[in-house]
Amino acid sequence: MESITGLILAKYNYWMYISLMMIGLYAMIAKNNLVKKIIGMNILQTAIILFYISIGAKKGATIPIIMHSEGHGHEAVHAVQYMNPLPHVLMLTAIVVSVATLGVALALAIRLYARFGTLEEDEINDQIREAP
Amino acid sequence: MNQYPAFLIIAPLLAACLIAAAAWLRRSLCFPIAVLGLGTSFLSSLGVAARVLAEGHFQYRMGGWAPPLGIALEVDYLNAPVLVAVSGAALVSLIATRQIVEREQGPKAPAFYTLMVLAVTGMLGMTATGDAFNLYVLLEISSITGYALTASGDRLAPLASLRYLLLGTIGASFYLLGVGLLYMMTGTLNMADLSGLLPALYGSDAVFAAFLLILCGIWLKAALFPLHAWLPGAYSHASHASACLLAPLMTKVMIYVMLRIMFTVFTPAYVFEQISLEGFVVTLAVVAVVAGSLMALAQRNLRRMAVYIVVAEVGYMVGGAWLGNQTAWTGAILHLLNDVLMTLCLFLAIAALAGRMETTDFKDLEGLFSTMPFSMGALVLGAMSIIGVPPACGFFSKWFLLKGAIEAGRYDFLAALLFSSLINVVLFFRLFEYALYSGDDHHGHGGHKYIEIHEAPLSLVASLWAAAAGILAVGFYSGSIVNNFIKPALM
Repeated sequence: MESITGLILAKYNYWMYISLMMIGLYAMIAKNNLVKKIIGMNILQTAIILFYISIGAKKGATIPIIMHSEGHGHEAVHAVQYMNPLPHVLMLTAIVVSVATLGVALALAIRLYARFGTLEEDEINDQIREAP
Repeated sequence: MNQYPAFLIIAPLLAACLIAAAAWLRRSLCFPIAVLGLGTSFLSSLGVAARVLAEGHFQYRMGGWAPPLGIALEVDYLNAPVLVAVSGAALVSLIATRQIVEREQGPKAPAFYTLMVLAVTGMLGMTATGDAFNLYVLLEISSITGYALTASGDRLAPLASLRYLLLGTIGASFYLLGVGLLYMMTGTLNMADLSGLLPALYGSDAVFAAFLLILCGIWLKAALFPLHAWLPGAYSHASHASACLLAPLMTKVMIYVMLRIMFTVFTPAYVFEQISLEGFVVTLAVVAVVAGSLMALAQRNLRRMAVYIVVAEVGYMVGGAWLGNQTAWTGAILHLLNDVLMTLCLFLAIAALAGRMETTDFKDLEGLFSTMPFSMGALVLGAMSIIGVPPACGFFSKWFLLKGAIEAGRYDFLAALLFSSLINVVLFFRLFEYALYSGDDHHGHGGHKYIEIHEAPLSLVASLWAAAAGILAVGFYSGSIVNNFIKPALM
């Protein structure tokens, strides 16, 4: 029992991203409303961003900015003291991608609402079945 | 000379920006700029292929930064022919669909060209890049433009596109997560670097999870059978212009990415010896081939039939890649190249027919051999290739796949391939029967009725025949393609 608690507590960042990912996937699969599906998609993407951010973190490390003020310029840089900035930088791109995807998804939702007058998927399917 | 790999990707990217700008100044400039952009990348891809033939694998360092820190474009025997096929097919379908775009999109045609060119940028980038994260970004570039392209179509296109978007995003997110796990384990994103660092970690569960996540993501985007749900809707409701661009290229580029992950990032030693998934995946491919063929048989509409043929063809390539012997790999890679041409030919022919018909339902295709002989002629060639009749290219790749299946002892895959070929015979000959039969012939009146030829626009028919000629050319030269590119790629 204790080891399970230890497993959860020591790696809580993974549990967080996994739960968020599952919430997102559940919303995408189970929800009937298209906007809720889109929100689920965004939660899924955010979960992965969170995962990347958390693997860049280190205990007791500081932000990865090397101070080149006077008197400090020639000190050796200890990588251990700094967080890994690369995952964070990658995630800037991933955030842009998720914003773009969200934008396209919402634009499609607007188009669907204009065409069918509803965003409930079953109602849209009914309308398609009646007038294909 | 040494900048070809950069031109390959930058030319269409720049063209996309210029088209958007030219839309404000002179609309008539947009199409020539698009052709110029894709034409430049086609010529560059030929240059790249020539250089690969001369000196083998080479690297283009973006901005001069050496990998693994910088991002490099890597071109070798595997992706050089894919680059040629992708850029060539994209150029042909851009030229072919000009009238369709102008007619359907009207004032929004420049935006549509921008999207088309950007989608090709993403696909070429995915094929050329040597960096796993870079691949994700380019995948999303071509996907997001692909969603927008599929959204322009008939009444149901936005819904199909939204479904594609939701599933596509899950696929891309899985890929990203897998790459994240690999980065966590190795600290690098460069493919060559990854393949050097990973063997020490082959026992790790995290690496196995990463491999599975990446594979599932790719299969979702490549529409391997149980994960294909987005494809039929997206490609059958989209505008013909989008379908002609996306259907031949998107799934094939994803299959290439799968091969790249299997062979370069991981090694065949890992894929086939360390983990033993090949039995399962080949079974999946068998199901994909059979199910795709059966669903194609159930359709009463040419376009929906073609869409399910694409699903079945994905099964061919995935199965070939996972049979795990040289012959089957050769077949899978050759089939990838052939399928770009075959699907392009098929969808261009459908676009040509649809331009003259109300629908592409079989019953509306009556008498088409007499009214549209050139389009139908090219369609026959495409069909022969999909069935696998010898001079056409589809035969050769199918031959390698069959031989590979025998070598691997997977007779179920062999049976699935033969079954699918038979179904394809039924599919196309049923279609030709409709097209040969002219509905309103007057038996009693006697004498030959004058039938007016009512062909599709010249640019479309010419491009269609370019694709059909490509099928024959690749068929005739398949031996040298195998010897010069595919064999060295598998060394």
